[in-house]
Amino acid sequence: MAEVVFELLHLELVSRLRAGGEAGAGEPERGKCISTLEGMGFRAGQGLIERFTKESPSFKDELDVMKFICKEFWTNLFRKQIDNLRTNHQGTYVLQDNRFRLLTPISNGKQYLEEAPKFLAFTCGLLRGALSNLGIDSAVTAEVSALPACKFHIVIQAS
Amino acid sequence: MSRQSSKRPEKPKIVRSVLFSPCLYRVLRLQNWSRKWFLHHLRMLFRGIELFVLTYGTVVAQLCKDYENDEDINKELNKMGQNIGSRLVEDFLARSSITQCRNFRETADVIAKVAFKMYLGVTARVTFWTLAGDDCSIFLEKNPLMDYAEVPNKHSSLLYSNMICGILRGALKMVRLQVDVQLLQDTGKDNKITEIRMRLLRRRKVALAVAKQNE
Repeated sequence: MAEVVFELLHLELVSRLRAGGEAGAGEPERGKCISTLEGMGFRAGQGLIERFTKESPSFKDELDVMKFICKEFWTNLFRKQIDNLRTNHQGTYVLQDNRFRLLTPISNGKQYLEEAPKFLAFTCGLLRGALSNLGIDSAVTAEVSALPACKFHIVIQAS
Repeated sequence: MSRQSSKRPEKPKIVRSVLFSPCLYRVLRLQNWSRKWFLHHLRMLFRGIELFVLTYGTVVAQLCKDYENDEDINKELNKMGQNIGSRLVEDFLARSSITQCRNFRETADVIAKVAFKMYLGVTARVTFWTLAGDDCSIFLEKNPLMDYAEVPNKHSSLLYSNMICGILRGALKMVRLQVDVQLLQDTGKDNKITEIRMRLLRRRKVALAVAKQNE
């Protein structure tokens, strides 16, 4: 039941983002706000992955990590698994969620498509933070073509 | 609150009935597969709170960066809480099917025993009622928001859990009760308990416009 409170808190953060963006300048201000939200997600993700992997054994390889993210991590956060995981086996992964929980209240189709990135910034940060605490540096972006389905693109940065 | 659940009730009802009533014997009477499903979902449910608690922590941390003054941070938390509370109350009423409370005492009891349990997983205690019955203290022995948080000394007047006060205020406003909610004590280095003081200011009358139309 606490997911409802999280969803409402997330909604509140996104709506504050809008208010801040309109008052200031155009694109640069809004970009800064979105990256702030992503940064918050990053810190939350770092903390969460610590709690979730306390008892589990260490991961064999990168693919194992991604499978954990798609199954257990996503289930603990959004009560469902990632629907589709694709990879090119060279460090790029695409996670597809056909009914992303934070997008389902917004619309069902193409309406509000331009607003969707704001609702995905926090989750991109969550993924990046989780991977970071598992020792994987990555860049996470999201792509939406029709709500509530969305894809998260994770590109592992070679260190 | 009692729920009559049949031998094979719909899945959500099992979870709610066990959470809100002490009839745990019902769990033992379930078939093995149902019990496994129930326990699995119970574990998943209480995981949800971690996401909220950690997100809340990042929100407060970000506000500490954005604002210099502790008072401003407290006000901002309160404002955010009011927006959240005004929506949360609808979810609460839909899930709990509470009937209308007859007085403020009942309202406070419902908040402490049902609402806090539902959303934070802890039960609160309501005490220190004034004679008029419009002012009370809600005590939280365990504040889940503070589980992973530590407030540094330089933010000595920061009310970390102030969003809860905002949520209560926003939610009660939607049911036409104007209340003043203050966080008196917060769990931290010196305190072991969270105390929220809730005072009923007035009940808002509805449909004044309708009355004027009828005149």
